[in-house]
Amino acid sequence: MRLIIPLAITFTAGMIMILNFFIPHRPFNILGENLQDWYIIVASGAIFLGAVNLMHVHIRKIRLKLKNWKYSPITIAGFLVMIVTGLFYGVTEDMPFDYLFMNMVAPMGATMFSLLAFFVASAAFRAFRASNWRATLLLTSAFLVMLGQVPIGAMIWDKIPLAKVWLMSIPNTAGQRAVMIGAAMGVVATSLRMIFGIERSYLGGAD
Amino acid sequence: MANIFVKMGDLDRRIIFVLIALAVIIPMITNLVIPNIVGQEPSRDLYDFVDALPEGSNVLVSFDYDPSTLPELQPMAEAVVMHLFQKNLNIIGMALWPQGAALGQEAMSSLADSLGKVQYEDWVNLGYKSGGGVMIVRLGTSISAVFPTDRDNVPWDEIPMLNDIGSLRDISLVISLSAGDPGIIAWVMMAGDRYAVPIGGGCTAVSAPQLYTYLQTKQMVGLLGGLKGAADYETLVGIEAGPAVRGMSPQSVAHLAIMLFIIIGNVAYFSQKRKKGGAR
Amino acid sequence: MNWGIIGIWLGALLTLCLYSFLYRDNPFYKFAEHLFVGMSAGYWVIYTIFNVLIPNWWDNMFPEDGGFNLVWIIPGIFAMFMLARMIPKIAGLSRMALGMIVGAGAGLNMLTFFQSNAMAQVKGTIFSVAQGSAWDIFSSLILVVGVVSGLVYFFFSKAHTGFTGRTANVGITILMVAFGASFGYTIMARLSLLIGRCDFLLNQWLPTIPRLLGIGG
Repeated sequence: MRLIIPLAITFTAGMIMILNFFIPHRPFNILGENLQDWYIIVASGAIFLGAVNLMHVHIRKIRLKLKNWKYSPITIAGFLVMIVTGLFYGVTEDMPFDYLFMNMVAPMGATMFSLLAFFVASAAFRAFRASNWRATLLLTSAFLVMLGQVPIGAMIWDKIPLAKVWLMSIPNTAGQRAVMIGAAMGVVATSLRMIFGIERSYLGGAD
Repeated sequence: MANIFVKMGDLDRRIIFVLIALAVIIPMITNLVIPNIVGQEPSRDLYDFVDALPEGSNVLVSFDYDPSTLPELQPMAEAVVMHLFQKNLNIIGMALWPQGAALGQEAMSSLADSLGKVQYEDWVNLGYKSGGGVMIVRLGTSISAVFPTDRDNVPWDEIPMLNDIGSLRDISLVISLSAGDPGIIAWVMMAGDRYAVPIGGGCTAVSAPQLYTYLQTKQMVGLLGGLKGAADYETLVGIEAGPAVRGMSPQSVAHLAIMLFIIIGNVAYFSQKRKKGGAR
Repeated sequence: MNWGIIGIWLGALLTLCLYSFLYRDNPFYKFAEHLFVGMSAGYWVIYTIFNVLIPNWWDNMFPEDGGFNLVWIIPGIFAMFMLARMIPKIAGLSRMALGMIVGAGAGLNMLTFFQSNAMAQVKGTIFSVAQGSAWDIFSSLILVVGVVSGLVYFFFSKAHTGFTGRTANVGITILMVAFGASFGYTIMARLSLLIGRCDFLLNQWLPTIPRLLGIGG
């Protein structure tokens, strides 16, 4: 019983988007545009939910003195500094909010993902084995692309970049397209199931 | 000899970390320069398309990335913005990711100052909006409904260059610089195929292989894939020793290093296998 | 006070704190990681308030020329329902907001994925059969055979035996080539990020040290 209203909302929202696609005239265009305008606002609620949940998790960590609880005040302090500077000074260039983003958030974000370069090198050394002919084919394809992407490949043999372009345009496109068509069929099936209320996993967990 | 390779198979990973760091740092310190050559790549296709646009055309540039992909996408953003300014095309900046709006502002404002371009006459940064693909669909009917103000809260009606723009149908090209979802795929599906707007893109190297399918079907007019794509565009635009072109030399050495690690790892593996087989 | 140099040093010190993880997990890394998480969340919240909630919701509910648009309360209420998930007694209200988001997304994705990622791709494959040189025709045949055999590989409703099995084997071979290309590009992506950080440390941060010590120009 408690699921009827959310399922009805799901069905209505889904059907509005579908009808708007095929009949872009009154009243479906107005319904569609209003739904799209409201979607932008409701989607932003998810961002607040994430932030509130983050604070809840770290406050709980401090209260119960869980593992690494001594670092939770740092997370909360970082969050509050950005909130206070943003609310009081605004978000335009040359304001403290923008300064903190460009000089702290941006470098840390870039560095976090650059750590992967080291781990991918270590993983390639330890785990990438040409144990059968298909793995060898994968390895050969990877080597050709790695050489073709950098200027040194052209210095070794001027046909390497051409071979790389062909490999990306033909066999790679063929493989990626097969995956893409299969995934698209899956999305269509899952979307239909969600709209008609057969797939309800997204509603679970909130009793 | 075989024993050396077997021992190398158990190398501490921190030694590998140091070797990779050296493979990147040494070419940078020694200013190793390996010229970047642009072949018949999708990056050239994007350049040619932009080059052929008439002066005064409106180009929407969507900065759909965050600082984690800054080294790949920011050089792309700067090269693309420079090309658009050089061709006297109007730039309408926006972002599907919150942090993209600030990074796009950085690219546009710094280049606008150096090239004498005026904000609100030649370029504008509309900022970020949530909603991903649904928001893009709404842009197809009215851009001002989604962006009633720009990033600095200047109302749409007070921005001269936006006077003749109603929806995506008034845009000559959308360029999405994208690190993931929402990004290029959302633009192709929601804008390109639905409203027949030409879509070009720049993406991280991780995403590039799957986007080649859109190039073959002409759903995209061109693509900058990773640092190589950024370096190609810098070369074509005429940016001398830009960050992407400079990055191709350490990239070359590091690629060779990784290939060597893989070969040594495989030799170690087969040596170990043969040793175990011999022991039986 | 030179805020530019202070900014560079802040970025560099936080970068080195994060890189210390490569030796082993340590308090400097944990400090920087926790700071990053908090500041990023704060950034997202502020940007959402200034770029989404105020112009797209508040200004529509209370327009400049006065008055109050009652209908705009509805998306505000739905957005609040999202937050209800944090309070166990009223967490069920969040289902309505989720229903709206999921329903609209599913309705849109169903059509656009089918149009762009299925039909357009099938069309591109059919029309790719080229005319021209022998190499172009050979390449286009590889493309068609590759797509069809790749799709056969993913079709699990029939056992992969006999002709189906042989076709699926061709498919997986093409997929191995595609995955190899993806691996090569992934290596490039990760190394590019490292190159960017090294560029910052070597060319922006290190040159500030002699300046601060009063050495050189």
